[in-house]
Amino acid sequence: MTNRYVFLYASAMVVVVALVLSSAATLLRPLQERNMRIEKMQNILAAINIPAPRAEAEALFNQYITTAKIVNSRGEEIEGDAFEVELQDEVRKDLADRQLPVFIADVDGEIFYILPIRGNGLWGPIWGYIGLESDLTTIAGANFDHASETPGLGAEIADKPFQEQFTGKRIFDEEGNFRPVRVVKGRAPADDLHAVDGVSGGTITSNGVTNMVRDGLAAYKSYFEKIKTT
Amino acid sequence: MSEYSNTPKEALFSPQNRKLLTNPLGKDNPINVQVLGICSVLAITVQLRTSIVMAISVVAVMGLANVIISLLRKTIPPRIRIIVQLTVIASLVILVDQVLKAFVYDVSRQLSVFVGLIITNCIIMGRLEAYALNNKPWPSFLDGIGNAFGYGWVLLTVGFFRELFGSGTLMGYQVIPGFLYDLGYENNGFMILPPMALITVGIIIWVHRHRDRSLVDIS
Repeated sequence: MTNRYVFLYASAMVVVVALVLSSAATLLRPLQERNMRIEKMQNILAAINIPAPRAEAEALFNQYITTAKIVNSRGEEIEGDAFEVELQDEVRKDLADRQLPVFIADVDGEIFYILPIRGNGLWGPIWGYIGLESDLTTIAGANFDHASETPGLGAEIADKPFQEQFTGKRIFDEEGNFRPVRVVKGRAPADDLHAVDGVSGGTITSNGVTNMVRDGLAAYKSYFEKIKTT
Repeated sequence: MSEYSNTPKEALFSPQNRKLLTNPLGKDNPINVQVLGICSVLAITVQLRTSIVMAISVVAVMGLANVIISLLRKTIPPRIRIIVQLTVIASLVILVDQVLKAFVYDVSRQLSVFVGLIITNCIIMGRLEAYALNNKPWPSFLDGIGNAFGYGWVLLTVGFFRELFGSGTLMGYQVIPGFLYDLGYENNGFMILPPMALITVGIIIWVHRHRDRSLVDIS
């Protein structure tokens, strides 16, 4: 077996593998994208504490989410499909150019605002949805997910017990100043409406959540003002 | 290994071929006896469901990888054989991952990084190197799925006990009746953590050796 043979063999192998893998990826893409859409709907509904099994996610989403719109950081509405906005691209832009999706839900007459947020954990991106009650101050629920946080430590932010802490917390204080919920190291004081317990062994991920919630919600400040004054 | 090689007259399920399939379940078990592939056993056996999907994925990857390498065995340049084996395994794993994402998305989310870790499962490359490279496709296929089943049953056993005692459920359904909890029974949180998988595997190995004395090293 000459060097020539080895090189030819390796090259042919690479070409064949590339062909097989890319055709598989192309064929399966529509199915995978559908799954990701459904997961997104499930996550949005989870932020207002509506459990949505896969099979019913689409129907429940259409039933509860009455409005989906895009605003900019000045609170002005802009054209576009809020569901299709890729937050991972948006967070890289300047605040003024960002498209900020808002999902408005009507659950038996009660109005909720659901806002997507995205930031960085320890190993990779983290993202989630914050559901606000109609006063735009009280958090109705939160849902977080992550790409590659440490299982058992930082990855706990994707678990219910961590997320349930956010329910009932506030993002504005009594005087109406913006004071988002922080994830503190160890235990948060029981009467603190602006802090939740951190994840033991997951401090950097916890800090990532703090920053994500702060920056993510801050972008909507003008929009909140606008709704509150009208 | 030459005594296993298939002569043209040999039946598909000759005693020798059957041994390829059954030996890895017991005497040659990749986990219990060779102690390979332990990392994935620790990582994905918290629930029975993920264990089953992992086992099926490994059966698919190992069966196919062994056949492909066996078909190519006379053309593979020895100097780059490890690279060729890795490429074959990695491509199959990517295919499995794509298929899972398309058809069982929830499971693929749970397995997340561990699907990629099939590539590093030493059992697969071990069988390619030790068997498929020198044997015909059919015996190689049997050897591949035999070892994958040997890996799979241990995985399922560990997953069964960890989910049962760790969460009180099986396949996500509550099986430990509610009144036991009222009487003071509690799920063992330790079972959910990886160290308990190691101990469970240890117990399986212990029972296995107790029943098959020939495995006990008396040197």
